[in-house]
Amino acid sequence: MSRYVFTATMVMAVVTYLVRMTPITLMRGRLKSRFFRSVLAYAPYAVLSAMTIPHILDSTASPLSALVGLIAAVALAMMKRGLLTVAVGASAAVFVAELFLIH
Amino acid sequence: MKLSDFKEGALGGVPIALGYLSVSFAYGIMAAGGGIDPLSAVLISMTNLTSAGQLAGTQLIIDGATYFQIAVTTLVINLRYMLMSLSLSQRIDPKMSTGERLLVSYGITDEIFAVAYQREKAPNTPYMLGLISLPYVGWTLGTLLGATAGNILPERLCSALGIAIYGMFVAIVIPQCRKSHPCLVVVAVAAALSCLLKYVPVLSSVPTGWAIIICTVAASVLGAVLYPEEVDEV
Repeated sequence: MSRYVFTATMVMAVVTYLVRMTPITLMRGRLKSRFFRSVLAYAPYAVLSAMTIPHILDSTASPLSALVGLIAAVALAMMKRGLLTVAVGASAAVFVAELFLIH
Repeated sequence: MKLSDFKEGALGGVPIALGYLSVSFAYGIMAAGGGIDPLSAVLISMTNLTSAGQLAGTQLIIDGATYFQIAVTTLVINLRYMLMSLSLSQRIDPKMSTGERLLVSYGITDEIFAVAYQREKAPNTPYMLGLISLPYVGWTLGTLLGATAGNILPERLCSALGIAIYGMFVAIVIPQCRKSHPCLVVVAVAAALSCLLKYVPVLSSVPTGWAIIICTVAASVLGAVLYPEEVDEV
């Protein structure tokens, strides 16, 4: 393990822990700023969206098979399936698509 | 330590652990594919216990980003835990000591938060420890298997599993978009900005880490300006 990877891991770990630990340990009331509350509420969905689109297209052997996987994931999510089902379903769709796309 | 509370928590953690096992398996493959050794990947999983946050962080490590970029990206992506931690502070057993809070907060993830928050009784320390234990094992074990055995899997299978973690993100985002029009707008704006920053010539020179931050902050602030009142429960 390189020193860079180890230090970067610790940086991530400390930041993540502080984010989780601070409110539950220190804060007892509700955030007063509605604006800040709103930003915080939207941020998780914005970040997941920005991480997924368009990078999901690079996550498999071909952008086309990834697109098939994305469509499968969206369809399953629209059908209100759980996290595990959607993740496995997307993988299965990619697998099947690549049987046809990649020889 | 009350065993019944611990047991109840552990039982609630079983489906989460199974989900984590498969997603962290995909994470392990991704990390190993980027040249991160298995021990490092496992250490990242054990010390971070996040999906999106550590995925982005690992991508940045692979790209050789600065510690500052890694810290800011991790902060922005994991900011949601602040809200969950805040919500949970209103919900947990008020008698929970500071030491117990320091311990339990280590395991706040989207899924663990959701299950704990929905418990009828106020979650206490034994319950939370039970709930966190199996997902933690699942997350660690899956990473180890993915990082070590991932490369003995057929290439087709690895390729298919590469999308699993994104599938989970889709599964988190879509239901919220169906419920809330503002959320749909925010998600669409973030996705559009992200595409611009990846494909438009000059803009694509922005490193991925900053691009994700820019998209997130811009879309969330826009959402907060346009629809400040729509979000009261998260």
